[in-house]
Amino acid sequence: MIEFKNVTMVYDQGNRALENVSLKIDDGEFVFLVGPSGSGKSTIIRLLTAELEPTSGSISVNGYQLDRIKSRQIPYLRRTVGVIFQDFRLIENKTVFDNVAFSMRVVGASNKQIKKRVPYVLDLVGLENRGRRYPTELSGGEQQRVAIARALVNNPSMIIADEPTGNLDPVRSYEIMMLLERINALGTTVVVVTHERELVNRFTKRVIAIDEGNVINDGMDGYYINEEN
Amino acid sequence: MTEWTGTISMKRIRKLGYLFKEGVRNMFTHGFMSFAAICVTVACLVIIGSFSSILYNLSRMVKTLERENQITAFIDDSYDEQTAKTVETAIRRLDNIREANFVSRKEAGRRFIEQQGGGEAYQGIDEKTFSDRVVITLEDNSKMAETVALVEQIHGVDHVNAREELAEGFTTLQRVLNIASAAIILILLIVSLFMISNTIKLAMYDRRDEIGIMKMVGATNRFIRFPYMVEGFLIGVIAAALAFFIDWGIYNLIAKQIQNVDALKLFDIVPFSKLLLPMIATFGAAGLFVGIFGSVMSIRKFLDV
Ligand SMILES: Nc1ncnc2c1ncn2[C@@H]1O[C@H](COP(=O)(O)OP(=O)(O)OP(=O)(O)O)[C@@H](O)[C@H]1O
Ligand SMILES: [Mg+2]
Repeated sequence: MIEFKNVTMVYDQGNRALENVSLKIDDGEFVFLVGPSGSGKSTIIRLLTAELEPTSGSISVNGYQLDRIKSRQIPYLRRTVGVIFQDFRLIENKTVFDNVAFSMRVVGASNKQIKKRVPYVLDLVGLENRGRRYPTELSGGEQQRVAIARALVNNPSMIIADEPTGNLDPVRSYEIMMLLERINALGTTVVVVTHERELVNRFTKRVIAIDEGNVINDGMDGYYINEEN
Repeated sequence: MTEWTGTISMKRIRKLGYLFKEGVRNMFTHGFMSFAAICVTVACLVIIGSFSSILYNLSRMVKTLERENQITAFIDDSYDEQTAKTVETAIRRLDNIREANFVSRKEAGRRFIEQQGGGEAYQGIDEKTFSDRVVITLEDNSKMAETVALVEQIHGVDHVNAREELAEGFTTLQRVLNIASAAIILILLIVSLFMISNTIKLAMYDRRDEIGIMKMVGATNRFIRFPYMVEGFLIGVIAAALAFFIDWGIYNLIAKQIQNVDALKLFDIVPFSKLLLPMIATFGAAGLFVGIFGSVMSIRKFLDV
């Protein structure tokens, strides 16, 4: 569960990224977070992984109270949140399998657990026979699936995707969304940051719209940002 | 700290195994940098080791020389042997006297001839040429002047023969050597520290994406840090081992050269085997120190964002 209460974020240079934002996302939800460029979407994600500290307000994520979190608890908070980025962030000199396994290794999983879990997750994202390839030998959509598999492999209760389809064509984008929807159906909370209106409107999901650091709409009525945009 | 202090579970061993392997892998992926760091550290340690062993030998020699640095109190020739012996007792009562031994003129003559090789030429020397004397060694050579003054005041002492400048020279020499070598050792330790620290920094910089991913998926800082500490540790230990054997070779070589030249046996060099344990301890400690501390130094800067 994510809960923002009156969160304001001002960067060191004085950029006001969020103004008094309150929002709540329950376990098991599928939410689109939309808004124009520079509206503060990525800032929200960096706040809820404790990469940033809010200037004021309180944030709670999966039972962690972020204003009171000790720095040595942060890794454990992050294990409950799988993050996916537009630019995939895969390790180029590791195979697909190893990229995904790496995520398990660094939290201390055994080889046995890795051998069992990684193929399962690769299968889930539709990459069952890509394990031995290197990221450069994959299409963009496939690379994004690897990133999703990596985010999923430690069984987080929540997946956050920041522009996961920004580098993909419409068909691949739609497929990725279908995949995230399936992951959500299996019980994981999913938050997708995007500004692709077409894509958002193909699904009937909760949409939180922000603009200039404010939540301007929150509901099931589709994409809702400056119509001309 | 709690994470690693509990009982040793299989999970922990496996984790350590993985981290250790990562550390070794790091070292090889930055092969050239690691190689350079090892070379510089070896060079520094070899110099440090050579300095310590030279210093050790010198201070031993200085001590021997000091012990042989005797004062001779010559006794008034008008005294007969019996009265002359009372001077010995009087000197012994003074402070700062380690030993004081009476030597009769007869004995002194005999020793002189013996020292000169017992040649015919000296056989005829009149024992009157020599005086009765008391040969003195001091507890503390730096107070030689005061003690000599006191000895001179004793009744029956004609004059005192002491080499004060020599004694002072020894003390100063040793002090200078101590300070100089401490400074050099410190500088070299810092050089190797920075070399290793930079290697690790580069290794981490090379892997910043990977480190970013590790943080993102929830690896603890300790986990991220460990392979780099292993890398620093390995560089330090490998360098220490190499430096130790190199120093061993150099030491024996130089010792042999000196012994070949030094027919008079002026230099008494300690065999390396006697220095083995302290040398291993010194190299080990220095290697571990620069290795681990060097990596910790750079990791600090990298991880604490
Ligand atoms: N590290 C930073 N330092 C200072 N200001 C920043 C920083 N990151 C973002 N900002 C500012 O904060 C505001 C919100 O940025 P943010 O990255 O959250 O936008 P966004 O909604 O993710 O945009 P986009 O759709 O382009 O990714 C912007 O005005 C941006 O310039
Ligand atoms: Mg963004």
